[in-house]
Amino acid sequence: MPFQPIKFYQTGSFVVGNRLLSEDQRSVQSSEDRTNSLTLGHRACQGCGEALGARYALDAAMRASGNQIVVANATGCLEVFTTPFPETSWQIPWIHSLFGNSAAVGTGIAAALRAKGRHDIRVVAQAGDGGTVDIGFGPLSGMFERNDDVLFICYDNEAYMNTGVQRSGATPPAARTATTDAVGPHPGEDFGKGKNLPLIAMAHEIPYVATATVAELRDLEYKVEKAMSFHGARYIHVLVPCPLGWGSAPSDTIRLSRMAKETGLFPVFEAEGGDVISVSKIRHPLPVEEYLRPQRRYQHLFRPQPNTETIGRIQAIADKNISRFGLLQSEPE
Amino acid sequence: MERPFAITLEVGTSRHNKTGTWRVERPVYLDRLPPCNEACPAGENIQGWLYHAESGDYELAWRKLMEDNPLPAVMGRVCYHPCQTACNRGKLDEEVGINSVEHFLGDLAIEKGWVPETARADTGKQVLIIGAGPSGLSAAYHLRRQGHSVTIYEAGANPGGMMRYGIPKYRLPREVLDAEIQRIEAMGVEIFLNHKVEDLSAVLAEGHFDAIFLAIGAEIGKRAYVPAGESARILDAVNFLHSMEGQTPPLLGRRVAIYGGGNTAMDAARTAKRLGATEAVVVYRRTRDRMPAHDIEVEEAVEEGVEMRWLSTVKHADAGKLLLEKMTLDEKGMPVATGEFEELEADSLILALGQEVDLELLGNVEGVVVADGVVQVDRNMMTGVPGLFAGGDMVPGDRTVTVGVGHGKLAAKNIDAWLRGTNYSRPERHELAAFEMLNTWYYSDAPQTVRAKLDVARRRSTFDEVVQGLDESNALFEARRCLSCGNCFECDNCYGVCPDNSVVKLGPGLRYEFDYDYCKGCGICVQECPCGAIRMEPEII
Repeated sequence: MPFQPIKFYQTGSFVVGNRLLSEDQRSVQSSEDRTNSLTLGHRACQGCGEALGARYALDAAMRASGNQIVVANATGCLEVFTTPFPETSWQIPWIHSLFGNSAAVGTGIAAALRAKGRHDIRVVAQAGDGGTVDIGFGPLSGMFERNDDVLFICYDNEAYMNTGVQRSGATPPAARTATTDAVGPHPGEDFGKGKNLPLIAMAHEIPYVATATVAELRDLEYKVEKAMSFHGARYIHVLVPCPLGWGSAPSDTIRLSRMAKETGLFPVFEAEGGDVISVSKIRHPLPVEEYLRPQRRYQHLFRPQPNTETIGRIQAIADKNISRFGLLQSEPE
Repeated sequence: MERPFAITLEVGTSRHNKTGTWRVERPVYLDRLPPCNEACPAGENIQGWLYHAESGDYELAWRKLMEDNPLPAVMGRVCYHPCQTACNRGKLDEEVGINSVEHFLGDLAIEKGWVPETARADTGKQVLIIGAGPSGLSAAYHLRRQGHSVTIYEAGANPGGMMRYGIPKYRLPREVLDAEIQRIEAMGVEIFLNHKVEDLSAVLAEGHFDAIFLAIGAEIGKRAYVPAGESARILDAVNFLHSMEGQTPPLLGRRVAIYGGGNTAMDAARTAKRLGATEAVVVYRRTRDRMPAHDIEVEEAVEEGVEMRWLSTVKHADAGKLLLEKMTLDEKGMPVATGEFEELEADSLILALGQEVDLELLGNVEGVVVADGVVQVDRNMMTGVPGLFAGGDMVPGDRTVTVGVGHGKLAAKNIDAWLRGTNYSRPERHELAAFEMLNTWYYSDAPQTVRAKLDVARRRSTFDEVVQGLDESNALFEARRCLSCGNCFECDNCYGVCPDNSVVKLGPGLRYEFDYDYCKGCGICVQECPCGAIRMEPEII
């Protein structure tokens, strides 16, 4: 873990809070006066990982900036379920943008604030994986290249969920979507496609890049807070399971995020200036099968009998991540 | 209101949208029964007192413990801790060292001189307790706390019963025992020593007491007929251990055989070793796995050099030697004689074949039912005679200090109800918190803190206490290993993981509640609750 773990308090740093911790050891989410950037009554599906990830990240950004942020939001689920006119769930300064240009809108806000001399106000731009890796990729790459003072957060649920679960550049191999149906000799998304945006962001050598999941709140909060301590372009990629698109139980959202990390399929790390500086080690190693089986988007891999070849190829991806990022711990923490 | 161009509706918050209507199942908080509490024969709320120990409030932890058990320092040493056998953490890494924390709290209370809460206002009722063993003392303590006057008649020269005359010093130092008994006396319990009740009917006829609790234990060693030569030296384990409290230890010789496989046999063998026996051999007719002695006792005895002779019975005892017959187990596990014999050199033979209750005092009291050598009691610990209760080793049940303390408490509750003209009914038990209900991901990996043991060489030669206590830092660590199975310990996880902000945090000690106006019923809180204190229930429409 990149931050000092809290030991011997029954649950250490794994849970959100703990009655035995002092105020300064507690997470933002454990506080009764967290911002609740995203408030009650939003229309996200049961067990929405994105709603959770957005509240986690923005509440942390609010605390880190002394409640001085402006958020630019790309079109997508996160916008549709929070802001159906005339209602809104946002309790922070928030601006709607198009599907592909939240990075550009963020850049513009940052420029305007600079012109007005408001150096105290920070800018966050956010989008889903479609708005980040596909449609918004050009403006985002430009934002990275110019090193604009914006924190960009991508909530990755691995497809276009809002419009009916179409494949995106972040959809993993073999996953079934509406446009990568589970038919033919190679059902689901093809192997060898898609983009790894955290690595692309690192290639821009921006000050800070990190990945996180909704399963490790303290890690996520730490990364947002750290990102807010830099100026220039920063990028955080958060894995947010989608019960609707993944075909998983709403109650499994956090469990699946945890398994994505524990199998090695979703490496959790942080990088500064293009170099990885820390990784979250795997605590209880897990075969990918355990992660795939509860998700209906992968059910074709198990019916009528397990497709061991394809499962093996997915395991190979996890194994490659494990060796590439050094995800196994040499000795127990 | 003036609205911007093309805007027709007033902008508002999404709070208008009560998403709770989507729900088909609702999460509810509940308390489940932790397995340690369920397993405790003394009925301790173990998780309850560990909770306070976790925050370092040892005095509060001790007071919580004292609500059920007046002898924590004793129990922290001699209890065979069925709680730890039941502990869910055993399925994760190792069970929580509950007994060692109890040991620590008990010692700390003696060191700091903490005293139990004062008794309730005097009721004017007189209760007589016969026997100052674990069960009698426990009943006395609980009755005194209820405001009754308590008198104890004890046959021995000192109070404590089997805790003094049965359990060797190396397991229970007498100053610890004395301190905890004195604390009960200081509450106003009067103990008459060397006061053996010979005739219960006379006491009953006197009518001086409003209720009587019988707790005389089982202090007669069972006699098995062992054919013996004239000069064979045969002792019985109860008398042998009892005599250790006297001035001159009994003479045993160099080689000692102990006949029996219970805890008393182990105590006798280990005591013999300490008295200088070069060989202490336990002769038992069945095998280790069928031995009634607890594993810890057997392990410690073997560590100290006690030898075991399995599947053997004593056929004949002579001066300096025993004739053993080898046994075998039939398919039901019962020992069967084989007709093969062997000799064992032994200067003395100690019989540890179980104990019986001395029922002489019952005389011809009508209404007391005796079956299998023990007094029968109903669910309320009452004998057939109204107002006459009984507990401890003299009634059916396991014969341990812990069971005795539990009987004492239960009897006290019933006596109290009886004196007040009401009925005591046990509170309904919560559903058991099974291991499968926990989300163990959230618990830190932390193996058990082992209490230091006295060096084996010193254990063989002295009566110093074998198991040492924990210090403050490792007692705290040990307490914090508790998983809090089935009961909320305010980790904030439900509050954090709800995607719909529908968990309301009520503040320290007050836990949480659900905002059912908005809760969509996704069930993440149930899945991610570490200790299994939330359950999904179907929505009633």
